[in-house]
Amino acid sequence: MASSIDFSKAEEILSSYGKNATFLIAIMQQIQNEYKYLPAEVLEYVAAELGISVAKVYSVATFYENFSLEPKGKHVIRICDGTACHVRKSIPILEALRKELGLSEKKKTTDDMSFTLETVSCLGACGLAPVLTLDDVVHASMTPEKAVALINDVKQEEKADE
Amino acid sequence: MSKGIMYIDGQRVEFDGEKNVLAVIRKAGIEIPTFCYNSELSVYGACRMCVVENERGGIEASCSMQPRDGMKIRTNTMRLQKHRKMILELLLAAHCRDCTICEKNGKCKLQELALQYGIRRVRFEDTREKVELDKSSPAILRDPNKCILCGDCVRVCDEIMGMGIIDFAHRGSNLRVTPAFNRCISETDCISCGQCAAVCPTGAITIKGDIGRAWNAFHDAKKRVIVQIAPAVRVALGEEFHMKPGENVMGKLVTALKIMGAEQVYDTTFGADLTVMEEAKEFLKRKETGGKFPMFTSCCPAWVRYVEQRNPKYLSHISTCKSPMEMFGAVLKEHYKPLAEADGRETVVIAIMPCTAKKFEAARDEFKHNNVPDVDYVLTTQEIATMIKESGIVFQEMENTATDMPFGMGSGAGVIFGATGGVAEAVIRRCVNDKGTGALQEIEFCGVRGMQSTKEATVSLDGEEIKIAVVHGLRNAQDLLKKIDAGEAYYDLVEVMACPCGCVGGAGQPYTVRSRKAMRAEGLYAEDRVSQIKRSEENPMVIALYDGLLKKNRHALLHVEYGTAGKNYEKE
Repeated sequence: MASSIDFSKAEEILSSYGKNATFLIAIMQQIQNEYKYLPAEVLEYVAAELGISVAKVYSVATFYENFSLEPKGKHVIRICDGTACHVRKSIPILEALRKELGLSEKKKTTDDMSFTLETVSCLGACGLAPVLTLDDVVHASMTPEKAVALINDVKQEEKADE
Repeated sequence: MSKGIMYIDGQRVEFDGEKNVLAVIRKAGIEIPTFCYNSELSVYGACRMCVVENERGGIEASCSMQPRDGMKIRTNTMRLQKHRKMILELLLAAHCRDCTICEKNGKCKLQELALQYGIRRVRFEDTREKVELDKSSPAILRDPNKCILCGDCVRVCDEIMGMGIIDFAHRGSNLRVTPAFNRCISETDCISCGQCAAVCPTGAITIKGDIGRAWNAFHDAKKRVIVQIAPAVRVALGEEFHMKPGENVMGKLVTALKIMGAEQVYDTTFGADLTVMEEAKEFLKRKETGGKFPMFTSCCPAWVRYVEQRNPKYLSHISTCKSPMEMFGAVLKEHYKPLAEADGRETVVIAIMPCTAKKFEAARDEFKHNNVPDVDYVLTTQEIATMIKESGIVFQEMENTATDMPFGMGSGAGVIFGATGGVAEAVIRRCVNDKGTGALQEIEFCGVRGMQSTKEATVSLDGEEIKIAVVHGLRNAQDLLKKIDAGEAYYDLVEVMACPCGCVGGAGQPYTVRSRKAMRAEGLYAEDRVSQIKRSEENPMVIALYDGLLKKNRHALLHVEYGTAGKNYEKE
């Protein structure tokens, strides 16, 4: 596993910030953009290069919901569970999708790495509640049925492409 | 530094340079409760137990308040009491409450404050998931179920030791203290110094005990139990029995150990004398042959572990001498070999140490041969106190007994090993050719004594100026290494002790504050003052050993090459 990771990108990102530990969050954001998640080996590399402890880096990485320490699926679904979406029944949508994809609160990514399902606290689109994003595209006024249909569309498209 | 007058519960209190209101309150004789406040660490302000009420009814944490002239505060209003009780109840709700069978029973801050504030019920359900204990370290045991998230361990590991092994992870109700990636301690660079356990107010981090194994050995007729006692233990053990820090209880401890079943009780000071002999010899040889400088002392296993893992380029700078405990362990096993062969009783060496890293050191492969360690078990000062209490011995009333011969004799130079600067001073005493009393005093005042974090001294050796540094607290040592790296400092000899104040402040000792650690050090210097033998080379037992047992295998018994497990021992 460790040998398959390319540290040169991380090195580039670190150098662009002058290896200054005060930019840790920005550095990790870019690393997540590059690697799609924060691989443990890369975080250890970051800690060593910035001269801070791995535990500190892990502490920051786990504090923010936006950082992911696990590889994400090809498609990322984010269900808004902010107040507005919650009262307009976002949880049934979450449950329907979990059931459809075989996921749970602990298991966020499908085994075939095609879908990751997360909740977020607010997407800032309360007027369209309940909302979800599929690969950063906002889908408004969702229902459990509409959400499942959306997933199935994606699956169909992928099959067609093959 | 601010000066002025404050009013605490209506009492007029002067303040002069105290760093926060909390310190002023305590100066006024009011024991304000805290969990996350430790005067030697940075202020965290999380536990909110130290809250006080100002004139306008505002409630603030006194640990994070600057004293101001004319400030009026109350420390024990109804509202404050209610807050404190609620905090305690909430902490207890999310805490494993198996108090009677907890390692920290009777020494737990949470238990103490729950008692003090009369918490009689916990109305909230514990919704946390049970977490596995981390038993992976040879020195400490982590039970996250007992953690109250005060962060003392996180700060001591980072701020004092410079290691940063554990930190907070996740957030909100999922917040936890853990090594990175939820690993176990043995998968980190932990140096086993145990300072996290020393500051932990609850049983979340405790010292891994060897009491059961020690009792088994004491009560086994087929085993000959030989005990060695480190210098720093004698000036701290008494605190467990309501005696003053620094009071020397060596004689009582020997008596107690004899009652408990020890066959022979020796003083690790003897091992320290051997270390001085070998380290001084190595130092002079390095000088002669242009060896690597600075030469670092090797007595502290936590320091050695740090260099091995985090700064291996300095590994060859560390003296090849084993620590006094390991030297002595090897000598004891060798000495008792013929006896063991004659009567078939296995020799078991138990070391009583102020240190938790010694548990790790004793388990190292370098100090085993045929899979048998030179030191079988390491008991901390706290553990031996527990065993004394278990056995029903009234320690305060014990008579004094002298340590046994032939290894019960140590020099004053060996005794002071337990305080920061002691090893350096002992080595200087050995190296300096002038053996007069005047020279001793000159060495005493050359700058190696005292509790400053980094001390520097220069002594003249055959006309050459020798530069010495003494550093305690591993972060200070790391800072010194950086200076050496950058070429900003040069030293010939550097003494490093990982724990603040040296071994007297070891994590195996009863927990105490810096000023009391200094009192323990004073206790050691007092023993040095009354000892007839001031220098290691004058110890007649050391001389006899060099003429006897050490003639053949001195190097194998007394030296070690780290990272070459087992090989070194069998060489000669």
